[in-house]
Amino acid sequence: MNFLFDTIQFVLFLVVLTSGSVFFGGLFYKALIGERNLLSPILLKPEKFIYKIFRIDEKYEMDWKEYLKGILSFSFLSFLFVLAIQLLQQYLPLNPQNISNVEFFLAFNTAVSFMTNTNWQAYSGESTLSYFVQMIGLTVQNFVSAAIGLSVLLALIRGITIRQGKTIGNLWVDLTRSVLYVLMPLSIILAILLISQGVVQTFDSYTTVQTIEGSNQIIPLGPAASQIAIKQLGTNGGGFFGVNSAFPYENPTPFSNFLQVLSILLIPGALVFTYGKMLSNKKHAWLIFGVMMFAFCSGIIVSYWSEVSNSSTFHSSELMEGKEMRFGVFNSVLWSVATTVASNGSVNAMHSSMSSISGMVELINMQLGEIIFGGIGSGLYGMILFILLTVFISGLMVGRTPEYFGKKIEAYEIKWAIIGILIPSVVILFFTAIGVTTNVGLSSILNKGPHGLSEILYAFTSGANNNGSAFAGLNANTNFYNILIGFAMLLGRFGVIIPVLAIAGNLVKKNITPETSGTLSTNNFLFGFLLLSVIIIVGALTFFPALSIGPIIEHLLIKSGYTF
Amino acid sequence: MKKIFIQSLKMFFLMTLLTGIIYPLFITVFGQLLFSYQANGSMILKDEKLIGSKLIGQNFADSIYFHPRPSVITYNPMPSGASNLALSNATLHEQVNDRKKIFKEENYLVDTVLIPSEIIFSSGSGVDPHISKEAAILQIPRIIKSRLLNSEESKKVFSLITSQTESRQFGILGGEVVNVLELNIKLDELIK
Repeated sequence: MNFLFDTIQFVLFLVVLTSGSVFFGGLFYKALIGERNLLSPILLKPEKFIYKIFRIDEKYEMDWKEYLKGILSFSFLSFLFVLAIQLLQQYLPLNPQNISNVEFFLAFNTAVSFMTNTNWQAYSGESTLSYFVQMIGLTVQNFVSAAIGLSVLLALIRGITIRQGKTIGNLWVDLTRSVLYVLMPLSIILAILLISQGVVQTFDSYTTVQTIEGSNQIIPLGPAASQIAIKQLGTNGGGFFGVNSAFPYENPTPFSNFLQVLSILLIPGALVFTYGKMLSNKKHAWLIFGVMMFAFCSGIIVSYWSEVSNSSTFHSSELMEGKEMRFGVFNSVLWSVATTVASNGSVNAMHSSMSSISGMVELINMQLGEIIFGGIGSGLYGMILFILLTVFISGLMVGRTPEYFGKKIEAYEIKWAIIGILIPSVVILFFTAIGVTTNVGLSSILNKGPHGLSEILYAFTSGANNNGSAFAGLNANTNFYNILIGFAMLLGRFGVIIPVLAIAGNLVKKNITPETSGTLSTNNFLFGFLLLSVIIIVGALTFFPALSIGPIIEHLLIKSGYTF
Repeated sequence: MKKIFIQSLKMFFLMTLLTGIIYPLFITVFGQLLFSYQANGSMILKDEKLIGSKLIGQNFADSIYFHPRPSVITYNPMPSGASNLALSNATLHEQVNDRKKIFKEENYLVDTVLIPSEIIFSSGSGVDPHISKEAAILQIPRIIKSRLLNSEESKKVFSLITSQTESRQFGILGGEVVNVLELNIKLDELIK
C-alpha cells in the first residue's frame, strides 16, 4: 500500500519537474536575453526604471575581469553588511524577543554562508537571530547569491556562443533580470501558496500558550513564508527555524512539502533548457537533463531501498528517527536526495539519523561538485566544466582537437576547468583531515565510531560545495568549525567562479569552427555515457577511501549488530 | 575599481530595498489579508484563550490523554531540535527498546504487538503534531481505564479516532495521520 503511494508520488514528482523545467526554461530564456516575454507587461517598466535611476547602461558590456571584480565587490559588501547587522542586532529594530548580539565567529560564519549561497547554519534561527537580520540581511542574500550564480552562468554561456568577442555581458543587467524575472515572481507565488498551507508570516512576537496539560509552551513565529519561498527556489536552504523544513511552521503539509521539494530543483532544471535555447540546440539540453535525472533517480532508489531494508535492525516497520509523520519515509528520502544534488541544503528530516547508505548518497551527491541540477547557475556552470573535461578526454582518445560547439578547447580552458573541479575536493579532504586529527575537531562529534567521521566529512563537504545541509549531531558552533567551514565555503564558491569566468573570457575570443563529419558529437547517447563516466571517475573516486571508512563501514557494522 | 565599487554599492542598496523590505512586506500584507488564520500560526482558541497551535504538537503525559511521539525537546520549540542519533549509536537502540517496553506497559498491550514506528523513534522537529491511526487505537485501552469509560463511551472514542484521521492530501500526498492535540481536545469535549 505504502509502496504504491510512494511510487505514485515519485512519478508525479518527476513528471511535474520535467514539464515545469521545459516550460520555465523557455520563459527564462526570453527574459534573460531581454526579449519580450510573459512577464514583460508587468516587469519591463520597473526594469527600465532601475537602469535609469542607477545609471546602468543596458548596452554596456564587460570583459571577464570587470565582471569578476563586480561580483567580488558586490559579495564583499554583502558579507560586511550581514556581518555588521548581526554584531549590532540588539540595537536594531524588529527584535521583539530582544535577542542579543551574535558572537563574532558565528556572525562571520553566517555572513559567509549566506553570501556564498551555502546557508550552512551553525545557529538556530528562532533563538539567535532577530526578524531584522533574517529579513534585511538573510532574505536579501537568498536572492542575490542565487542571482550571482545565474549571472556567472550567463557569462559562461556567452563565452561559448559569441564568436570572436571581447565581452561577456553586463553583470548589473544580469543580476537585475535574474532577480526580477526568475526569482521574484516564483517566490511571490510560492510564498502565498505556503501561507495557505500554514507557514507563518507575521511580525508579532513569539506566542506563549497554556497547553491542555497546563504547562507553558513558547511558540516561535516570524515573517517565515517570504524567506522560505526564496530559500527553496534560490537553492539556498537556510531555514527560518532551527530544524528547517521539518518544523511544522516551515513546512506544514504534504502539499507544502511537494511544492518545496519541487522548488529546489525547478530553476536549476529549467536553466538546462534555457541553455539549450541559447545554444539553439535542444538535444544537448535533453542530454544534460537526462544525465542529471539518471543520477538523481539512482540516488532516490538506493536511498529508499536502504531506509526500507534497515528498518529490520530495530524490528520496526519503518525508520522514523528524525522524520516527520506528515511526510513519511519516501518524502524524506526524496527531499534528502533533491536537497543534496541541488546545492540547497534545507532538510525535512534529520540526515544524521537516516541509514548510513542514505547518508552516503547525500555525501556523494555533494561531492560530485553539486552539478546534478546543483545550485542556481552554479550547478550548470559546474556541469559545463565536466563537459569540457569530457570533450577534452574524448578528443584525445580519437585524436582530434577537442571542440565544444565550435570552440576549440585547449590547455588554458582545461587548466582552469581542473582547478575549478579540484578546489572543492582538496578543501574537503584537507579540512576533514584536520578535523579528525585534532582534539578541537573531534570534541564536537555526537555519534561515536565511523558516523563521527561522517559528521566531520559531511560538514566540510557541505561547506565546500555550498550546500548547507548537515549531519546536525556535530556541534558546529565552535570557533574551530565556524572559521574553518567559513573558509571552506569561500574557497568552494570563488574557487569555482573565478575559473569559470576565466574560461568564459578566453572562449569568447575564439572563432567558431564549422562542424564537420569528424566533429565529435556532444548530443548522442555515447557522449552522455562518457560524461557520466567522467563525473563518476573524477568526482566519486576522489572520495571513495573517505566514504569507505565512514558510511560504508558503518553500514557493514550495523548489519553485523555492532553499535557504538 | 572605484567605479565598480560604487556601482555594486548602489546595486546592493536596490536589492536590499526590493528583496529585503518590499518583498517581505508585500507577502505579509497579502498573507494576512488572504490567509490570516494560517499566517498567524493556526492557533486554537478555547473559551477565548490560546491553548495551542494546530501545527505545533504538545506534550501529553497524563494517562487520560492520547500521547504524541517522543520528542528530545519535550515539545518546547525554543529552539526546535532532534536527536541526530545515528543508527549505529547504542543510545538509540536503548531508547527504542525502552520506548517499546514503556508503550506496551502503559497501554496494557501483549508482548507480540508491533508498535508503530513513530512511537519508538523521536521526530525531526521535536513538535511533530501527528501520530498514525494505529498508534492512537493502541492507546484506547489506557484511555478507557483511566477515564473509567463504559462500553458505549469506548465505542465513541474509537469512532472519534476514525473521524479525526486525516487522509492523504488530495488522495495522494503524505500519509494517513491523526493530530494528537485536536484528538485530545475532541476527547475532552466528548467525555466531560
